[in-house]
Amino acid sequence: MTEDRFKHDEDLFCSGHRACPGCGAALTSKLVTEATGPQTILSMPTGCMEVTTTPYPESAWGISWIHNIFENSAAVAGGIETAYKSFSKRGKEGYTDKDDVNFVVLAGDGATFDIGIRSLSGMMERGHDVLYICYDNEAYMNTGIQRSGSTPMGAATTTTPAGKQSLGEDIRKKDMPSIAAAHGLEYVATASVAYPEDFKRKVKKALEIEGPKYIQIFAPCPRGWRHESKNTIKIARLAVETGLYPVFEMENGRITNTMKVKDRKPVEEYLKVQGRFKHLFKKEGGDEIIDYLQEVADVNAEKIGF
Amino acid sequence: MADNPYKDLKISKGAVVEPRTTLVNKTGSWRSERPVIDHEKCVACGNCEKFCPDMAVKETENGKFEIDLDYCKGCGICAEECPVKAIIMEKEEK
Amino acid sequence: MAKMLTGYNAVAEAVKACNPDVIPAYPITPQTDIVERISEMVADGELTSEYVKVDSEFNAASTAIGASAAGARVFTATCSQGLKLMSEPLFSASGMRLPLVLAVANRSLSAPLSIWGDHTDTFAERDGGMIQFYAEDVQEAMDNIAIAYRVAEDNEISLPALSCLDGFILTHVQEGVEPFSEEELSGFLPQRDPIYTLDPSNPKTMGAYARPEHWTETRYTVHKAQLKAKDKIADAVEEFADIFGREYGLEHRGLIETYRAEDADVILVALGSICGTIRYIVDEYRKKGEKIGIVRPRVYRPFPVEELNKVLEDAEAIAVIEKDISLGYQGGLAIDIKSAMYSTGSRIPILNFIAGLAGRDVRKDNIRKMVEQTKEVRGKNPEDVGFENEERWDSLRTEILPGDDEL
Repeated sequence: MTEDRFKHDEDLFCSGHRACPGCGAALTSKLVTEATGPQTILSMPTGCMEVTTTPYPESAWGISWIHNIFENSAAVAGGIETAYKSFSKRGKEGYTDKDDVNFVVLAGDGATFDIGIRSLSGMMERGHDVLYICYDNEAYMNTGIQRSGSTPMGAATTTTPAGKQSLGEDIRKKDMPSIAAAHGLEYVATASVAYPEDFKRKVKKALEIEGPKYIQIFAPCPRGWRHESKNTIKIARLAVETGLYPVFEMENGRITNTMKVKDRKPVEEYLKVQGRFKHLFKKEGGDEIIDYLQEVADVNAEKIGF
Repeated sequence: MADNPYKDLKISKGAVVEPRTTLVNKTGSWRSERPVIDHEKCVACGNCEKFCPDMAVKETENGKFEIDLDYCKGCGICAEECPVKAIIMEKEEK
Repeated sequence: MAKMLTGYNAVAEAVKACNPDVIPAYPITPQTDIVERISEMVADGELTSEYVKVDSEFNAASTAIGASAAGARVFTATCSQGLKLMSEPLFSASGMRLPLVLAVANRSLSAPLSIWGDHTDTFAERDGGMIQFYAEDVQEAMDNIAIAYRVAEDNEISLPALSCLDGFILTHVQEGVEPFSEEELSGFLPQRDPIYTLDPSNPKTMGAYARPEHWTETRYTVHKAQLKAKDKIADAVEEFADIFGREYGLEHRGLIETYRAEDADVILVALGSICGTIRYIVDEYRKKGEKIGIVRPRVYRPFPVEELNKVLEDAEAIAVIEKDISLGYQGGLAIDIKSAMYSTGSRIPILNFIAGLAGRDVRKDNIRKMVEQTKEVRGKNPEDVGFENEERWDSLRTEILPGDDEL
């Protein structure tokens, strides 16, 4: 039995879920519910967070929650929001007013960058009052660490293994925040699990805005990135401190706020603590990938300005 | 699962599930190392609670941060992120 | 008051009377006119539903699912490739017991691309837990929308329903129909009152994943709900007849309709609009004193097995004429009817005619030929009809077929 001194009854994301120790996505889930509060309906696609939090007949969620399939959580959220819009307009009894409900998606990068991009694009285009949050762990973790459109250059995954002819992923990471911004969104932001208060502030800010919003949060995966579970936050911090994962806010297409980085660290510090990049330090040609990633960080620093 | 707590639970329409029901699943059994807080050193900054992915660190009524070992999976984030090194990870005696 | 309406207008009128909360819409020929007409109703303020201009049929279904989970009455329409694109979320909607009503303007599936009608699209969704209604004429297509809502939204059923009408043949033909208003429908179709919704004041988790110890039972309950839908359809059709005076196979619980089948030696089984042509041929034979009749399933899933067995058991030969082919093994309807009949020990020969694929005309003469072929097998045992006769392709243009070594 849980000892009485530990109160879990107010948690909107509960202990007992089956995510791995040190899971960045589980931490994200907790932070999302802390920021949204209970007046929230969350739509989630298939993925790690879905399967680890809702094995029938259990659920880790204290808020209204729905999963349908892998690639439609944005459209499902749009449908929920539209239903509430109709109920409010028609004065349907027994329903909370639409303005008092947060409509939120929490989805992994595979569901966001790849298979669900049509649903996401359509939802953003139509202007549904939905906050879409992507927890970005840079691969399909639920199916066993396969590359996604978010996997960075050089990362070894189970479909981009390092080998005699391979240095891991050979395609650059897709720029989803820009794609979201190109839909004319009033608010786009990136965040990191290393900075919970910053993320929660952004979620709250986004929920104040009527219409579609997009937040992408960097959420390390110890199992998939092959790092020690205790290093989840450290690695998330290093991603920001090296400039590889810039944390910013973009309002109406313009960057209005960035997390400043003093004395940017070389990308090697970030890469060397993760098994998914270890071949870059051993194999011929690895240094070129490291140089490329350094350039990505340098361009980020210049473009985003931190 | 050694003991199925749901063996008599009737299937709900559409397999709808009640909220907060994972609390029956004591993930503390996963742990190979346990965090131990030195309350002398602790400055009650709350980092351990803030960064815990398992909601296993709670501020208890006496104002102290404590680990709920029923759920702590022993990931070690709290020890790593403690600014005053007040948490150490100890091997679980099995 | 009777009105001349095309099928698409009639369906739109029925949707208006059912007054959904949310209508996600995406175009596809020949369904498009349904959602166009609805958009005009919304544009003119005749209908206050939220009309969502989605990016694909995939997200028409997905938006409908989200809205239904929130407790809304929803409608969308599609066919063919669009229904295929909806297939994945629709299978999931039945498992989650979310009622949705879709009009399907039946159309063939690629390849080759064809915009013309047959039943391949909805037959390909057979196993998804959606209730399937098939209309013979415009009036029935209209009435089936109301009946579909009543059954789908019944909390004991709570499933998606496809209300099918033949693409072009019914969607674009004008017929005299009796429309109904929301007010006239109010006693028949109650407001939706779901057991579970996405409501922050009573949070639930919908769409959990199930492990092997629970999955089979959840799917079993969907199957049971499908079976129970037969009773609900029977009630709905009976009450509909009481209110509106239009009867759809009342003596067969609204699941099938028969025409001059009671004493028939040869029975033709078919779905949808083709039965209009068959009716004409039946009358022709009857004038000559030959006992021919029609059995028309109005519902394909749940499969009206008891009703079919009852009306078919005294026939001497049966022809199943259908606009679909399960490539590699006969037509879907024939497979089911054989399974239904032969499991009772019946030895009636059942011929399977594949006809009217992708809008190919099925003319009176084609039907006459099918009747003649069926008459020939009267009294024979199924095995004597021969393996090679398991399905017969109507009006197959053998002169343009490649040789067996050139397929």
